Amino acid sequence: MKTAVRYLPLILLAIGWEAVARFELVSSAALPPLSSVIAAWLDLMKSGELVINGASSLYRAAAGLGLSIAVGATLGIFMAWWRPVNALLSPIVEVFYPMPKSALIPVTVLWLGFGDGSKILLIFLGCMLPITIGAFNGARSSDQVLVWSARSMGANRMRMLWDVVLPSAMPELLNGIRTALALSFILLVSSELIVARQGFGYLIGFLGANGSYEPMFAVVLTVAFLGFAADRGYQAFVRRALLWREQTT
Amino acid sequence: MTASDIALRNGTGAVSAMLNALAWSAMHLVVIVSVLVAWEVFARSGAVTPFMLPALSAVLERIWSDALSGELAINVGLTLYRALTGFLIAAAGGIVLGMAMSRSIGVNWLFDPIISVGFPMPKIAFLPVVILWLGFYDLSKISMVVLDAIFPVVTATIAGIRGVERELIWSARNMGANDRELLWQIIFPAALPQIMTGLQVALPIALIVAVVAEMMMGGYGLGGAMMTASRFADSRGVFAGIVEIAVVGYSLVKGMALLRRRLLLWHQEALEPSTA
Repeated sequence: MKTAVRYLPLILLAIGWEAVARFELVSSAALPPLSSVIAAWLDLMKSGELVINGASSLYRAAAGLGLSIAVGATLGIFMAWWRPVNALLSPIVEVFYPMPKSALIPVTVLWLGFGDGSKILLIFLGCMLPITIGAFNGARSSDQVLVWSARSMGANRMRMLWDVVLPSAMPELLNGIRTALALSFILLVSSELIVARQGFGYLIGFLGANGSYEPMFAVVLTVAFLGFAADRGYQAFVRRALLWREQTT
Repeated sequence: MTASDIALRNGTGAVSAMLNALAWSAMHLVVIVSVLVAWEVFARSGAVTPFMLPALSAVLERIWSDALSGELAINVGLTLYRALTGFLIAAAGGIVLGMAMSRSIGVNWLFDPIISVGFPMPKIAFLPVVILWLGFYDLSKISMVVLDAIFPVVTATIAGIRGVERELIWSARNMGANDRELLWQIIFPAALPQIMTGLQVALPIALIVAVVAEMMMGGYGLGGAMMTASRFADSRGVFAGIVEIAVVGYSLVKGMALLRRRLLLWHQEALEPSTA
């Protein structure tokens, strides 16, 4: 009941959409009724178009994000751990971090063509820095007392990295990954909208160019919903993963 | 405020802290220059074709000739115009909406689900819809920027206002402040650090979205120019675009950080050493 009241505005929005389109307050080309968008979505699912394009999009996002987590987290932790690495990498991170990552779209295409490779590279490059910075800030702030006690109990450097620094870097690292997750969807969709032969973005562009607006709205809403669901799912995962922390207020 | 300023203020180890900071920025410069030199050397070594990676000097030459012909100014100007107009609208609208949401239960009830569902969505997917509604011109690009950049501002404003100490509000009330004075003279300044953080998140988003929208729709602007270069397999043009966009993005982010320091000179955080 409480959630129903809370999300009532969204339902009102949906009803408003349907009404505006049904009573032709705007042309149905500009805003097809929600019900026909849902019908178009079911058709797309049946024909398998949505599933095929969606699978290739999700594969690209997952591969790019996975790579960036592996490389970004390692870099960030080593930057916090060894000062020379920090001195070497932090200027590079600082210069490239504010760069709008979408600028890389044409270059990745130049290097790897129109297929999966260019999207994976783009997502990897774009998502790596937020993760590196998260891991760096997290590892740097690891409790000095924990580090000293581990050392006095005879832990060697590798052991300390794994048992003390990595866990204390976890909250900030996971936060960086959340930023990267959102970024990966943005980069995926924009690169597919601009150059691709497959994927959600391609499908949106293709349907829009053909003037089939009902299915186009259906795909746009699907992508938006997936982005939202991924974020919520990730937050639920993070809450579980950080249960061991005393209290994260 | 840098670490060296703090040391000066404390009067302890000032010289060594200053030397440290100096060495650190010198190190920065050395690394950046060596990356640029490595680019030039690698591109000239023949390991990659000039198409895959044109030499830095060739790219700079290209930027120079664009600057002479006036094209650079047009492209940078248009992109900045779109990104910053959208950003300013999003900033004003986001702060007002965030304030309204934290002052009124009704407004909060209406917008809270929309904000919390809309924030994590990849709004860029709506670009074709926005084009369909508003056409190919600046209006659709700026609207897209606003749509994307407003969310972090709203959430930061709400979080900032929620964090304002009650004692501040009580004392102001006690001294006879009315609602309007309370909002603009007490709550807004007290929430400003968080609001600034929201704006600092929103600004790069505004630039990213402006560039993507230009790439999608073509025409003038940094993004459009890069897409044109890419279609003609003009890789110097593409790399020139990257360098230009990187410089613009870097300057915007640095400018925003400066503005923050200016606006928050009175605030506690100005006394803390910067984390950068």
